[in-house]
Amino acid sequence: MPRTAAPWEVKHEVLVKAEGETDPRFGCKPEERSATDLMKYGVINVDKPAGPSSHEVAAWVKRILKQEHVGHGGTLEAKA
Amino acid sequence: MTGVLPVTLGDATKVVQALLYSGKEYVCVMKLHKDASIEQIKKVLGEFEDNIYQRPPLRASVKRQLRTRRIYYLDLLETDGRKVLFRTGCEGGTYIRKLCFDIGEVLGCGAHMQELRRTRAGPFVETNSVILHDAAYSFMMWQEKNDETYLRRFIQPMERALDMIPNVHVRDSAVDALCHGANLTAPGVLSFESSVKAGSMIAVLTLKNEAVCLSKAIVNASQILNMEHGVIAKTDRVLMPRGTYPKGWKSDLKKDE
Repeated sequence: MPRTAAPWEVKHEVLVKAEGETDPRFGCKPEERSATDLMKYGVINVDKPAGPSSHEVAAWVKRILKQEHVGHGGTLEAKA
Repeated sequence: MTGVLPVTLGDATKVVQALLYSGKEYVCVMKLHKDASIEQIKKVLGEFEDNIYQRPPLRASVKRQLRTRRIYYLDLLETDGRKVLFRTGCEGGTYIRKLCFDIGEVLGCGAHMQELRRTRAGPFVETNSVILHDAAYSFMMWQEKNDETYLRRFIQPMERALDMIPNVHVRDSAVDALCHGANLTAPGVLSFESSVKAGSMIAVLTLKNEAVCLSKAIVNASQILNMEHGVIAKTDRVLMPRGTYPKGWKSDLKKDE
């Protein structure tokens, strides 16, 4: 079986359908968001320690950062 | 099990969908139950670089039915006696514990997973992950000292999570309708990635690269260029609050005034 490219090895080709401009008065570039908005629309790339489950780690983040909701992408098993 | 675990905050929680389906990369220590030669191990690992069948293990959070998962690569890094260190890139939802067991079966000697570390979850890699203590410290610095420099270093905008699904950029005038749940139609599209496929999830972004919504494409990339009207994608999850951009459509109410 020939090796297939992983999703992060694939180059995405962008096709332009029409030209357009964006009005600077509305919205805001993701990297220019205020700290409060960054928290509201943010993701933390946590280095999960061994021991606790992914759900526990997510719950800790929720408590530490005083968040109402958190989610996590992909469970890592709790114990080896 | 350690490694990369992207945790989404607040309203960004809606983007986890995009992460669950994106690929993962692991380094793993597998313990063989009998001796095997390096050539044998290499050969068998090579056979697993394919679509594989897996039934989720007893302790699993999903329905235990046979499913296929793609192994993009499975590289032998090192061996030490019966311990085998390998790196693998695979589709989300692949059970590495099961993979090790199956490799052991094919080798004929039996094997189990000893240690596992995730080095990548979609666009998030090990090199820019943070430990919880640092997260707590940066948050404290922001809350108590009003210093947000550390906070900015460890919180990434949710748009980062969308890097690996096909992106479609739209006009400002289309944004607010999408925020109200309307479907994306052809006139609103400015540019798109060739990887857009009917039935797959796409991320709809503004020209400022802000995420507007996650949608399900109903046409292929090749069709979009020639479309003048019609629905391109059905809105699934709205990420941007309504009213961020001005309303771009005409309302019947105004006519009556």
